[in-house]
Amino acid sequence: MSTYDEIESTQSPEPTSPPEDAVQILDTDGSLLPGAKRPDLTDEELLEMYEELVLARRFDERATGLQRQGRISTYAPMRGQEGSQVATSFALDAADWLVPTYRDHAAKHAHGRSYESLLQHLAGYREGYAVPDDVNALPEYIPIGTQVPQAMGLAWGFTMQDQHDRAVLCHFGDGATSTGDFHEGLNFAAVYDVPSIFVCNNNQWAISMPFESQTATETIVEKADAYGVEGVRVDGTDPLAVYAVTRAAVQKAKHPAEGERRPTLIESCQYRLGAHSTADDPSAYRDEDDGEDWEDRDPVERLERYLYREEILDDDLADEIADRVEDCLATAIERAEATETDPGRMFEHVYEEPTDRLREQLADLDGLRERHGDEAFEEVGE
Amino acid sequence: MSTAADGLESAGDDAVDQESDVATDTIDLDAYDGPTESLSLVEGVRDGLELELARDDSVVVLGEDVGTNGGVFRATEHLQDEFGPNRVIDTPLAESAIVGSSIGLALSGMRPVAEMQFMGFASPAYDQLVSHAAAMRSRSHGQFTLPMVVRMPYGGGIAAPEHHSESREAALVHEPGLKVVTPSTPTDAKGLIAAAVRDPDPVIVLEPKRLYRAFREDVPEEPYTVPIGEASVRREGEDVSLFTWGASTQPALAVAEDLAAENGIDVEVVDLRSLSPLDIDTIAESVQKTGRAAVVHEAPKTAGVGAEVVATINEEALYYLEAPVTRVTGFDAPVPLSTLEDFYLPQALRIREGVLEAVEA
Repeated sequence: MSTYDEIESTQSPEPTSPPEDAVQILDTDGSLLPGAKRPDLTDEELLEMYEELVLARRFDERATGLQRQGRISTYAPMRGQEGSQVATSFALDAADWLVPTYRDHAAKHAHGRSYESLLQHLAGYREGYAVPDDVNALPEYIPIGTQVPQAMGLAWGFTMQDQHDRAVLCHFGDGATSTGDFHEGLNFAAVYDVPSIFVCNNNQWAISMPFESQTATETIVEKADAYGVEGVRVDGTDPLAVYAVTRAAVQKAKHPAEGERRPTLIESCQYRLGAHSTADDPSAYRDEDDGEDWEDRDPVERLERYLYREEILDDDLADEIADRVEDCLATAIERAEATETDPGRMFEHVYEEPTDRLREQLADLDGLRERHGDEAFEEVGE
Repeated sequence: MSTAADGLESAGDDAVDQESDVATDTIDLDAYDGPTESLSLVEGVRDGLELELARDDSVVVLGEDVGTNGGVFRATEHLQDEFGPNRVIDTPLAESAIVGSSIGLALSGMRPVAEMQFMGFASPAYDQLVSHAAAMRSRSHGQFTLPMVVRMPYGGGIAAPEHHSESREAALVHEPGLKVVTPSTPTDAKGLIAAAVRDPDPVIVLEPKRLYRAFREDVPEEPYTVPIGEASVRREGEDVSLFTWGASTQPALAVAEDLAAENGIDVEVVDLRSLSPLDIDTIAESVQKTGRAAVVHEAPKTAGVGAEVVATINEEALYYLEAPVTRVTGFDAPVPLSTLEDFYLPQALRIREGVLEAVEA
């Protein structure tokens, strides 16, 4: 019996996307689907999840706006994908490690990163890459799929050091499943049976490449069979279903039943409602109404409706949360934009000890700055 | 009856006979007075690809987002509309398979033009490039050859995220069997693409993304090639030779004009343009004339192609030198994010200092 058979769920009554075989708990109107059970989350935890979702949605909107104003560099929007990101991180314990990509802003925040630090590197300050000591997360991965074998290795290393209470959750997209690193990483994870959860955020698009052209298989999850690991498909716009599925995978990774393998491949079915990035124009390759049916599956609204139905949330509390979110983001943006950096920082953290040549290059640069001033470097000469 | 001598005859347009298909539409670009169109560098790339796709049915373009989307930089815009999805092919996301399958395509008699979306993302294809694309001719003792092109946007200066700004030309130049070219003008972009497609060996075309839309120039409408292996003297000068390529060519030329106007220093700017093979004669002749030299590149200093240029000068023109050759390069550190890029890239100030050091020493 699969771990996931224990999660009571049912199929969507409307055979729209995501596919019917994906685990769901909430209907789009926020009601529990027949036979579905609320995951083991308290009212307080559900409200925390909700606030995290509202924050993610507003961060996405603010970041997109900041990019348009030229205040941050290229940004990868996550609209429609926040629910899965937040819920997967909620399913982790603090000891567990997160291996995120460039789109997983909300997953990072929900596992302890600050939006201030994420905005810092978006604004061009490498200072934002610094992961605090008490947050178990790797820096974001921009090359596609390369993190999969690394995540496996991280989990492998913990088991080698008898740290059996740690699991590693690795994010990637549908495009990544075409890479060799995806295959190699999954195979290693299964062969060495390491405590790992591989979450494919199948948002149906790899820039302009639709899912059906990316792979000849109907699903991502069926690829799990090729590695001998368990696969589960979940409605990625249903935060409670994603939480339940991921939580079960985390528990299994750390405490497998007799004969159970630790790794899980989760296909979280979502839709990239926005562009690949702020540098991308989807009108070049998809119709405006493409993905329209996913608009009704807004993860933020879905959880919100559930919380209203259950009388966990009311208008006053929602307003209070909205105000807190705006304050939080305003402070994060203000602080990120006030970052002070120095050209000398380019030479830091290349090695534990800078090489003689690096010291010499830094000294040369400092000399030029002293003689000519920093403004002189802005003259590109074109 | 076939004789050995027949094999030496040109087979004309027969694309399957790869060795003989190095056809060059040699036009004298300086004397050209035919019809032109105003193109940016990225449009020069696109124009070159379009003409080669039209000229030779064996040419195919493949890569991520090159078809429907027309490329993330629009270098293949509308080519799929014109030539169809079997000639301009959107591939799954897998750089190793894009280059590996291109090797297979070339072995079958096709002429693939693969796109790596950014040089920073090409690393998964490195094994295919260096172990196989570079070596197929030699390891088959000439039986199998690879007329294929791999295009890669490279370099910094566009305020891009991590992994979008690298200049890793040195690693590719170091591989026997690969040719490496990098256009710095729309005219060269079009002509080098054509030359690369028609070349019997694998050619890497490094496209300086900072120059993709930096300026336009009048480019001949008709097909032509810019020969691989020849540098271009962008500005003749008597006092000092400035060797560079790609995006650095623009600030180098600006500095040369400034130094002429303000300091009376006559800088010769040589756009190497073909990094492998390197145009040794042009390098040697320039330094033999000026007696002084500086090299500019965006890539880190240590073991950059600049070191090869300096070594070449030592071998070919050491006794003409009146001062040590200076290098103005990226630092031996990763390319920084946007806030510090101006300090990392060799812009006007550092180039001017480097040239003055070579002149005043």
